[in-house]
Amino acid sequence: MADIVASSAAARASGRTSLHKVMQRKSTIAFLMALPLILMIFILVAYPAGYAIWLSMLNKSMTKFVGFGNFDFLFKRATFWEIVLQSCIFAITAVIFKAIIGFVVAHFVNNIPTKGQRKWRGMLLVPWVIPAAMSTLSWLWLFDPSYSAFNWIFVHLGLPKISWLGEAGWARFSVILVNVWIGAPFFLIMYLAALKSVPEQLYEAASIDGATWWQRIWFVTLPMMRNIIAITILFSTIVTFANFDIVRVLTAGGPLTATHVFATWAFKVGIESGDIPLGATVSLFMVPILAVAATFILRDISKRGSEV
Amino acid sequence: MANAAVATAGAVRPLRYGSISRDRKWALRWSYFFLTLFAIFFLMPPFYMLITSLKPKEEIAAITNPWWVYAPTLDNFIELLTQNAYMTFFRNSAIVSVCVVIVTMLISVIAAFSLARMKFWGSATLATGVFLTYLIPDTLLFIPLFKMMSWVRDTTGIELVNHWWTMIILYPTLTVPFCTWIMIGYFASIPKELDEAALIDGATWMQTLTRIFIPVALPGIIAATIFCFTVSWAQFLYPLAFTTSTTELVLPVGIVTTLIKGDVFNWGQIMAGALLGAAPPLIIYAFLMDYYIAGLTAGATKG
Amino acid sequence: MAQVSLRKVIKKYDEVLAVRGVDLDIADKEFIVLVGPSGCGKSTTLRMIAGLEEISGGDIAIGGDVVNDVPPKDRDIAMVFQNYALYPHMNVYENMSFGLKLKKTPKQEIDQRVRAAAGILDITELLDRKPKQLSGGQRQRVAMGRAIVRDPKVFLFDEPLSNLDAKLRVQMRTEIKKVHQKVRTTTVYVTHDQVEAMTLADRVVVMNAGLIEQVGTPNDLYHSPATKFVAGFIGSPAMNFIPCQLEQAAGALRVRLSDKLSFPVPDGRTARYTSNVGKPNLILGLRPEHIAETRPHIEPNQHDFDQVIEVVEPMGMETLVYFTLAGAEVCGRVNPNAGATAERSMKLRADLSNMHLIDDTTGKVL
Repeated sequence: MADIVASSAAARASGRTSLHKVMQRKSTIAFLMALPLILMIFILVAYPAGYAIWLSMLNKSMTKFVGFGNFDFLFKRATFWEIVLQSCIFAITAVIFKAIIGFVVAHFVNNIPTKGQRKWRGMLLVPWVIPAAMSTLSWLWLFDPSYSAFNWIFVHLGLPKISWLGEAGWARFSVILVNVWIGAPFFLIMYLAALKSVPEQLYEAASIDGATWWQRIWFVTLPMMRNIIAITILFSTIVTFANFDIVRVLTAGGPLTATHVFATWAFKVGIESGDIPLGATVSLFMVPILAVAATFILRDISKRGSEV
Repeated sequence: MANAAVATAGAVRPLRYGSISRDRKWALRWSYFFLTLFAIFFLMPPFYMLITSLKPKEEIAAITNPWWVYAPTLDNFIELLTQNAYMTFFRNSAIVSVCVVIVTMLISVIAAFSLARMKFWGSATLATGVFLTYLIPDTLLFIPLFKMMSWVRDTTGIELVNHWWTMIILYPTLTVPFCTWIMIGYFASIPKELDEAALIDGATWMQTLTRIFIPVALPGIIAATIFCFTVSWAQFLYPLAFTTSTTELVLPVGIVTTLIKGDVFNWGQIMAGALLGAAPPLIIYAFLMDYYIAGLTAGATKG
Repeated sequence: MAQVSLRKVIKKYDEVLAVRGVDLDIADKEFIVLVGPSGCGKSTTLRMIAGLEEISGGDIAIGGDVVNDVPPKDRDIAMVFQNYALYPHMNVYENMSFGLKLKKTPKQEIDQRVRAAAGILDITELLDRKPKQLSGGQRQRVAMGRAIVRDPKVFLFDEPLSNLDAKLRVQMRTEIKKVHQKVRTTTVYVTHDQVEAMTLADRVVVMNAGLIEQVGTPNDLYHSPATKFVAGFIGSPAMNFIPCQLEQAAGALRVRLSDKLSFPVPDGRTARYTSNVGKPNLILGLRPEHIAETRPHIEPNQHDFDQVIEVVEPMGMETLVYFTLAGAEVCGRVNPNAGATAERSMKLRADLSNMHLIDDTTGKVL
């Protein structure tokens, strides 16, 4: 095809080429306009991502290629498996609670008269707006071993004091609680946007068909919001799985290694202990989960793209 | 017609008519009740932050009700703001965030226009690639980036580690992909005829971008700018990994690493510092909430 | 002087031919309407004239110069889009002057031209408004104003009325015609609405499947369509197509619709049709207005027949009746007082003096 066009263009008078040239120049300009983006992605994202794989195959002083030696080393350590488990528990529990709380609160907000919704939505999103490191500091102070404001309430209610960050179980609970506190508002906003996009007539039709309120949620709201719910959960899974700030500030992985997740442990091993290859190896373990989530997101997005 | 129906329903079964409105009223009450509970949960830490920041040292150590201030004072703020270190952190953060916003918006708006409208060989793949890079977290990249920085020092002699301005190079990896992605979405929603009209009117591609697309997509640009600023302001991992000297720290890292000194927890000051650190994003949010929320939902709903 | 001519213009998208060789000469000051169903290539043709699409073959000339390679802004054209494509962040004045400003026209001249155009379109008091604050009809005017201001060689309209409601569409149609009479610029207008085409055009170009079916004045197309497609496309309700046979008996020709029903061919047409006697796949084309109720005086070439009516649609000034003839649904237009009733028999009269005989194999009108 291109040949035919080219030859017919050549056969014609010389003036023929310039619009074609303009079109070609257009794509050259377009490429140049995107070039900073391309360079940035390649140098600062794609290359480091590949470099991480190479690093993971070197020894501690980065002088020798050890193949899968670092992986081998990790697989034999109980701490590593503890961290795999904790990362999964942390991410899965946190995402589930964020999703549920977000959904419930979004419904309550959607229930009240439209005039007041803005105000409530504005208040409820505050945890998401405050930089995570800063808000986690206030939680750290709330969980303080001697001055915990929660324990003050507990004592006054006649309940035992809790060592929020000192005991493995409670520390795990605390990091998840803070993560839910920060992340639930994001779900709330996404769901609220989705709820608003469900046509009112559908609810009216459902009411006329005799659906109860939970049947309306189950048969109308949820199916209509399925896409948004799926994509929000996938996004949140990625972010939660790769979380660093909360655990780092709240427990720094402690007590011992009870609350370490991949990111914080990779930081500890790679930066603080100076074993860069091992740190890179640890962080690479996030990749499978991220890849799965990313695949689903991309599929959803390309599906929607083709519908348009 | 509707009146008649209600009237007959009322006449036949008066109870039913009343119960619908009563149901609604109770649903509303319960909604407010639970919303209040959740609001308490969501606002308690910032509230406690504020309370603590107003307390004098003695009161923090006392065993009085921690949820109340008996002798409010601004000492913590004054002490903090007269301290050189904190002001340095604040300045570093501000310069880094503003620069990152400028760099990001320049790169992403221009690239998004090219990807959404002009198209070139491979532009569709690149658009997907941009989205993919948005999904790659900082926690995966900081170690190889750290190593790359030392490589730069070894080969060129430019020291990138332990400088606040290195963050201006690093943060765009987090902001550019997302901003480009949402700008592609905003630009794609502008009708094709608009740039054709501009083309016929004799505008060049650059003029089409600056005089048509940027003004029309202004809400998207504001949303992207806000996103960009808040991400830069809040970023914690990169500065924690790359900077150590007190003069080179940005705010979040500065507060966490220098104010928490061993076991002498100076909580009044820490909370005051955190509160001031949270202020810029909160202020932006308070004034531009709609744009903030539009940017938040755009990532998943656009494109 | 701006005549536009297209020579064997072709547009290919990958492997698909959207426009398959269009030849057309548009005279200076002429109002040409390209009409056809969606996907017939009319919009693509217009966009090629505008320079928004590259042409894959052939030549386009505006005012005698071949413009195949000239970018849109240098073709000296103005275009009005279906969705108006007004710049939403500029007010009406800025919208109209944007093109002139880019060309660095002196401020005073811009002002003069914008006000003149606004005067023509009666939108002077809207100049400070943003497009958002305008009604559909006003936006349409502004879009036209933007075109007039540039004083181009050619106006291009791409379905400019299809976003308006029916009433406004009729009003704006008249408006466009008035404007054309005032400014007298060569105009190419694309629409899928044959009523628009008929009412606006000096000449109508009917397109189908990437090719021109017929070019002619509205009356030409209506009364002497060249193909079955044109015959069916122009006119509403559409021309009836009734399968028939052409018979020769005792020197006279008859179109036979069924065993019982046949009509003699008007004398004037006998010579034209004789060679088609016995041909398969013939179709009798008869417009609904040529099937009416019976009347006392019989004119030449009019023939009565009895028919059971299936559906009756009163339109006010006339009543449409529908029935089946030789397997085809046929529509007739009768007087509202003729007493047409569904499922009742009625005496109808066919006026064969305006009949068309179509060869369905080739699609040509004989």
